[in-house]
Amino acid sequence: MRLLALVLRRLAWFVPTLVGLLAVTFVVSRVVPADPVALVAGDTATPAQVEALRRQLGLDRSLPVQFVTYVGGLLRGDMGTSLFTTRPIAEDLASRLPATIELTLVAMVVSVAVGIPLGVVSALWRNSVLDHVVRVVTVSGLAIASFWLGIMLQLLFAMRLGWAPLNGRLRGFPPQGVTGLFLIDAPLAGDWAAFGNALAHLALPAATLAFPALATLVRFTRAGVLDVMQSNFVLYERAMGLPPSVIVWKYILRSALTSTVTQIGLLFGILLAGAVVTETVFDWPGIGTYAVNSIIRSDYNGVMGFTVWAGAIFIVVNLVVDIALTFIDPRERVT
Amino acid sequence: MSGLGFVLARLARDRSALIGLVLILALVACAVFAPLLATHPEDVLELHPAERLKPPGPEHWLGTDRMGSDIYSRLLFGARITILIGLIAVGASLLVGVLAGLVAGYYHGWLSDLVMRVSDIFLAVPQVVLAIAIAQTLGPSLPNVILALSATYWPWFARVVYAETRALQKEVFVESTAALGASPWRLVVLHVLPNIASPIIVRASIGMGFTILTAAALGFLGLGPPPPTPEWGRTIAEAREFLPDAWWYAAAPGLAIFLTVMGFNLLGDGLRDVLDPRIRRSGGRHDA
Repeated sequence: MRLLALVLRRLAWFVPTLVGLLAVTFVVSRVVPADPVALVAGDTATPAQVEALRRQLGLDRSLPVQFVTYVGGLLRGDMGTSLFTTRPIAEDLASRLPATIELTLVAMVVSVAVGIPLGVVSALWRNSVLDHVVRVVTVSGLAIASFWLGIMLQLLFAMRLGWAPLNGRLRGFPPQGVTGLFLIDAPLAGDWAAFGNALAHLALPAATLAFPALATLVRFTRAGVLDVMQSNFVLYERAMGLPPSVIVWKYILRSALTSTVTQIGLLFGILLAGAVVTETVFDWPGIGTYAVNSIIRSDYNGVMGFTVWAGAIFIVVNLVVDIALTFIDPRERVT
Repeated sequence: MSGLGFVLARLARDRSALIGLVLILALVACAVFAPLLATHPEDVLELHPAERLKPPGPEHWLGTDRMGSDIYSRLLFGARITILIGLIAVGASLLVGVLAGLVAGYYHGWLSDLVMRVSDIFLAVPQVVLAIAIAQTLGPSLPNVILALSATYWPWFARVVYAETRALQKEVFVESTAALGASPWRLVVLHVLPNIASPIIVRASIGMGFTILTAAALGFLGLGPPPPTPEWGRTIAEAREFLPDAWWYAAAPGLAIFLTVMGFNLLGDGLRDVLDPRIRRSGGRHDA
C-alpha cells in the first residue's frame, strides 16, 4: 500500500513537471533571433510567401495559443513536423532512438560491471596500491571533457592504430530486426559479421560515454562500502566469527548498494547528457546528434521533441529507482 | 587560529586537496600573467601563415595552430576566459540558488513548493542540452555562454540550501531564536546562512569544475565566444580537421581543461572533508 501511495504521489508530480519542462523549452526555443520561417522558405521567397508559410505552420498565433496547440498535439502523439527533414518529429526520433538506447545501455552495463567491483575492491583494500590507482582513474574520469576524450581515442585507436572504426554505427546494411538494436538484431538474423562490425563501432563511443559514469559509480560504491564496514552490525558479525566473505557479499554489499542504486538514476542523467556530445563526436545517428543539429538549425520542433523524450526518460528512470529502493532497503518503506 | 587559517592548515595536510589548490593557483597565475608568460603574446590576434601547424619545439613549446599562432600563448590567454566564465556563472548561480533555496527552505507552503518544482524542471533535462538551447537562442558570445550556464546551474545550489535549511529548522537554537521574536530575515541571515556556508562553498568549488567543462562543450559545438577568442573548447573543434598529423593542436587545450577541472574537483573534495567532517569523501559529478 505504501508502495502504491509512493508511485501515485510520484505520478501526480510527473505531469506538472513535464508540462513545466515543456513551457521552459517552448519559450527558449521560440524566442530565436533567426526567423525559422524565413530560413525554411529560402532566399527566393517573397514576403507574401513567407507570411503564407508562417500561417501554415501556425507561427502567426500568440505564444500561449501555440503552446496549447503543441501540448494538445503531444497528447495525440503528434510532436509536429521537422522544418528540415519535413518528416514528423515523432518518426525522426523513433528511428534514431534505438541507436541512442544501444549506446547508452552498453555504456551503462560497462560502467556498472566495471565500476561496482572496482569500488568494492578499493574499499576493501583501502590505501593499497590498487586503491590509489583507482582513485587517480576516478578523479580523471570526472575532470576529463568527454568530447576531448572521444577525439583522443579516435586519434589513437582509429587513426593511428586502426583498431576501431573512426565513426558511425555500422558499415553496410543494418541487420533485419525488430528492436533496432544491432547487437540484438544481428544475432537473431544470424548475421555475425554485422554483429562484430556493430560491436567494433560501439567500442570507442561507449568507452567515452562510460568513463565519467564509471568514475562516479566507483566513488559512490567505495564510499558506501567503507561506511557500512564501520557500522556496528558489521562489527558484531565480525565478533560472532562470521567468515569475511559472507560479511562482505551478504551483508556489506546489500547495505552499500542502496546508495549506488540511487546513483544509477543520476548516472542515467550523466549518460544522457554525455550522449549529446559523444554522439556528435562520433557521428552516431542517435537522438543526441539530432538534438544538436535541430538546435543549430533553429528547428524548434526538433528541440522540443528531444526535450520531451529526454525529460520523460529521466523522470521515469528516477521513478523506477525510487521504487527499486523500497525493495532493497526496508527503511524506505517506513518513511 | 582564525577560521580561514584553520581551513588552510587542514587543507595543506590533505595531499590531493593541496594538488588541487596548486593547480588552481597555477591557472590563476597563467591568466593574470598571460602577457608576461606568453612567448608570442601578439599571436592571439596575429596570423603567421608561414608558421602553420608546426610541431612542438624550442620556438613553439606546444606547436602552432592552423593560423600559425603559438598554441602555448593562446592557451594562456584562454585561461582568462575560462576563469571569467567559471567565476561569473558560478557566482550568479550561487546568488540566485541560495536565495531560492533559503526562501523555499524557510517558508512552508505553495511558494516553497513552486520554487522547488521549478528547480526540478531545470534538473529534469541534462544541463548541456538546456545550455545549448539557451546559448543557441541568444547567439554565440561570451556573455550568452555565461548566462546559459548560470540559468542552468542555480538549481544545484537551491537544492543544497533547501535541504540544509530544512534540517536546521529543527535545531533547538533556531527554534528558540524564532521564539525570542527574531524576524525571519534576521534568523536566516544571521543564524541559518553561516551554518550552511560549508556545503555552499563545497558546491561552488565543484560547480566551477562542472561549469568549465560545460562551457568547453559549448565552445566545442561552436556556441562559445566567436573567433579569434582563444577559447579552449573551440580550439579543440578547430583542431579536428588536422588530425591525426597535428595531434598537439587538439591535445594541448584538452589537457588544459583537464588540469583545471581536476584542480577544482580536488579542492572541492578537500574542502568537503575539512568543512564537513560528517560526510566522508564521496560523490560524483552530480552530487551535492
